[in-house]
Amino acid sequence: MSSSFRIVNGRVYDPLNDIDGRVQDICVQDGKIVEDVPQDAPRIDVDGLVVMPGGVDMHSHIAGGKVNLSRKLQPEDHRFDYHPRTPITRSGTGGTSPSTFATGYRYSLLGYTTVMEAAIPPLAARHVLEELNDTPILDKGYFMLLSDNLMLFKLLKEGRREEFIQAVAWWFNAGRAYAPKLVNPGCGQTWKHRNKQVVNLDDNIDHFGISPRMVIEALVGAANDLGLPHPAHIHCNNLGIAGNYETTLDTMRTVSGQRVHITHIQFHSYRGKWGGKPLSAAVDISDYINAHPEVTADVGQVMFGDATGMTADAPLAWMLRNINKRKWVNCDVENESGCGVVPFIYDPDNYVHALQWGIGLELFLLADDPWRMVLSTDHPNGGSFLNYPRLIRLLMDRDFRNEEVRSVNQKAMEKTLLLDDLEREYTLQEIAIITRAGPAKLLGLKEKGHLGPGADADITVYVENENKEEMFATPRYVFKDGRLIIEDGDFINDHEGKIIYVAPDYDPAIEKVLRPFFEDYYTIEFDNYAVADQYLHRHQVIPTIDKEGIHAYSKV
Amino acid sequence: MSTETSSYVVENATCTFCGCVCDDMALTVEDNRITKAKNACVLGKAWFAEHTVEDRPFALIEGKEASTEEAVEAAAQILAKARFPLVYGLSDTTCEAQRQAVSIADLIGANIDTTTSVCHGPTGMAFQGIGESTMTLGEVKNRADLVIYWGGNPAESHPRHFTKYALTPKGMFIPNGRKDRTMVLVDVRRTPSARAADIFIQVKPGTDFEVLWALRALVRGGAVDPNIEEITGVSMATLEDLVERMKNCRYGVIFFGMGLTMTRGRHFNAGALLALGTDLNEYTHFVVKPTRGHGNVTGGDNVVTWQTGYPMAVNFSRGYPRFNPGEFTAVDLLAGNEADAALIIASDPGANFPQAAIDHLRRIPTIVLDPKPTPTTELARVAFTTATYGINTGGTVYRMDDVPITLRPAFPSPYPTDEEVLKAIKLRIRELLELPEGAVF
Repeated sequence: MSSSFRIVNGRVYDPLNDIDGRVQDICVQDGKIVEDVPQDAPRIDVDGLVVMPGGVDMHSHIAGGKVNLSRKLQPEDHRFDYHPRTPITRSGTGGTSPSTFATGYRYSLLGYTTVMEAAIPPLAARHVLEELNDTPILDKGYFMLLSDNLMLFKLLKEGRREEFIQAVAWWFNAGRAYAPKLVNPGCGQTWKHRNKQVVNLDDNIDHFGISPRMVIEALVGAANDLGLPHPAHIHCNNLGIAGNYETTLDTMRTVSGQRVHITHIQFHSYRGKWGGKPLSAAVDISDYINAHPEVTADVGQVMFGDATGMTADAPLAWMLRNINKRKWVNCDVENESGCGVVPFIYDPDNYVHALQWGIGLELFLLADDPWRMVLSTDHPNGGSFLNYPRLIRLLMDRDFRNEEVRSVNQKAMEKTLLLDDLEREYTLQEIAIITRAGPAKLLGLKEKGHLGPGADADITVYVENENKEEMFATPRYVFKDGRLIIEDGDFINDHEGKIIYVAPDYDPAIEKVLRPFFEDYYTIEFDNYAVADQYLHRHQVIPTIDKEGIHAYSKV
Repeated sequence: MSTETSSYVVENATCTFCGCVCDDMALTVEDNRITKAKNACVLGKAWFAEHTVEDRPFALIEGKEASTEEAVEAAAQILAKARFPLVYGLSDTTCEAQRQAVSIADLIGANIDTTTSVCHGPTGMAFQGIGESTMTLGEVKNRADLVIYWGGNPAESHPRHFTKYALTPKGMFIPNGRKDRTMVLVDVRRTPSARAADIFIQVKPGTDFEVLWALRALVRGGAVDPNIEEITGVSMATLEDLVERMKNCRYGVIFFGMGLTMTRGRHFNAGALLALGTDLNEYTHFVVKPTRGHGNVTGGDNVVTWQTGYPMAVNFSRGYPRFNPGEFTAVDLLAGNEADAALIIASDPGANFPQAAIDHLRRIPTIVLDPKPTPTTELARVAFTTATYGINTGGTVYRMDDVPITLRPAFPSPYPTDEEVLKAIKLRIRELLELPEGAVF
């Protein structure tokens, strides 16, 4: 295909540019969307079809140490879901943890073109980058786990706030990460000490005399001070435990007024007696978020069927393991983090699983502002990303949703608003918001999630269909960087996506502070720790933003 | 980096001899030879001293000297025509080369296997059934107060395992180093590692599983055969003492070797040990780790897994990966006279496979990439001389605990890297198979 072309007659859904189903041309040149191309440029007629920016998944587990452990752990997950090679694409295997190539192809077959890997310890930065380089088509980056980093704990304990911020900036440069990730702050250190847990935000983190609240405040503050395009991305404490919505509210209030992202919030929206039978707290959580424009979230919807629990929240994985005592992986990562992996099945007849499913739907349906409640399943924790088309149908099709609501555990549904037949049906424009425009905006990716001039020419063309699951499962065309990649489910071209990362400025003097800690407590040399350019291949540094930009963000 | 005769020092270089992958070497290089390897152990010193640039042919085709290009052509012709080729080895090369090897296997519908299948393959299979509680080595350094070695002799196989990672170093919560740890060695014979142990437990050969299973029972307060000592050579009192130590430590670890995986019971032994490690987490924090041998065998597991979903014994004959150890493992394919061509990368099956497998390798066209002449290069139809990873090439290796490390080459080699040769073979195969433009292979 020529480097410039024009897509004509499509109905365009481009929420960032306020285009809601208008028929207009999309012009592409050299991989970018442009105002216009010469009249004789090739035309692609998509008469009657729906044109959207490529999908953006802001929270998924697709690469790196724990994902690879999950692949290795579950041959049964791959065996009946193979992905054959074609003359131009590599083979692979699927299941809840697909191989790298299958991950790239299957996301793009759904019209997704950008995906963020959500949790990597910096010590494994090379590993995740090597895997992302073997993940075709997609643009991708990763979030760096910083909430159990013992060097940062030490600086925090000693009140060295400026050095704390410099160390965070250094770590981003060393690891080529995109955003700071917090996971059950403090859990790793206590877990490694005889499997204890932190429960309250003011609990003492063993040996450090600091609390999860201090870690949250410090990292949210550092991300905003450094002007990172995406703020601190928080997996709150007490995931999955009845009564945990208070922890979630407490976390959000702790950093009230500052921009922050709360991830897979469904898993953190449970009422009920502490540790007992969970109830829905979707209303409490939605009310808070609706009233606080500085807070954004993704849902972490549960979908019935196979899933894999994989998380840096190692004590959570242990808790899940103890439910059925199936196979379990734990991996402690020195001075930084750890992870757990547990195969899991969500059963519609199970009270808790059905309730989790219901709470996710409530959170979608109660969100006043779709820009701040993004679609995710926390792949593969709530289920594979392959469930997205079905999830979209649940949101767009009230009759379908009601049928489903009536077919799952009714005791659970009684604890939600879903039996009241919530009327809301997401529009195509709202779906475009929660699957591409919203996450792109929250990630601070100005060239993603829209079809205005200057955007990357990542474009998905769908065939309008009453059955929204079918519609979103089978795009007619997928373009990446202005190249036609998929037509009617067939790969026309392969493509290498790029690595996206940030490189905030830091004072090199911080290395003098960090080096002795590495010499004492790490088993790899300080000078061998930072990741070299050879792991980047195609890449793009996303610039930091100034205070004004952050302020504007808080008034979405 | 200078190639003059003057000497220079490469700091923070990595030794790729064993799975410890120590990255604190200071290598003094004089005249394309490493004359001093500061911080290296006895094995590392030998590794660095022996790898110089020798005057060898770039390649041999049927024993005759050839250029790399000629050998690439010969190798590509063999592989493009083969109906059931085997790609094998990979444990002593970089991840970058491993990625090319899997790509070739995918492209030609080959069978790929790594040396894992003849060392900790049973551990990988046990892992698929049970999972594993594990860690990076720094956690052991910083936290472990109980260190158990089972079925291995690290004093001779991984000499710095004790001193750099697991036993003597001081760590964050182990302020006095060795004094703060208890070390237990379990093995069928008293090896030199026993000198470092506080407690040595001698198990009758072939009864590791019985000992492990008895420990699992005792941990949970279950009954154990009163004749356990007669069966295993280990007294009930010794087992009970070990159980108390395991349940009451703060951070316990078991490192285990091929004494478990390559003796009677194989993946059952490894599985029993993984299960014991998991069980102990009901009482305290407990982790286990196979002590991997070759410098990048762990990278091979990782690369093959992320590209195919399976760690070893992968077959692409149907155009997608299938996994079946026992069927698609290299020894079985060769001894069963199944493979009709072989591409051996950075390993020496000619020296250590069963005779039936070696005989078959000799019968079929075999292609070998190795820096040194070996029994496998002797029997090969096409043999490439390649640069030594970590000494002449950069690239990535994974330590036994999955920590990736970037290599710093000490001096250049006139020979191409494994990655370069494999890439050239792949590109030529693509031409021979007339693949379309835009292919990712």
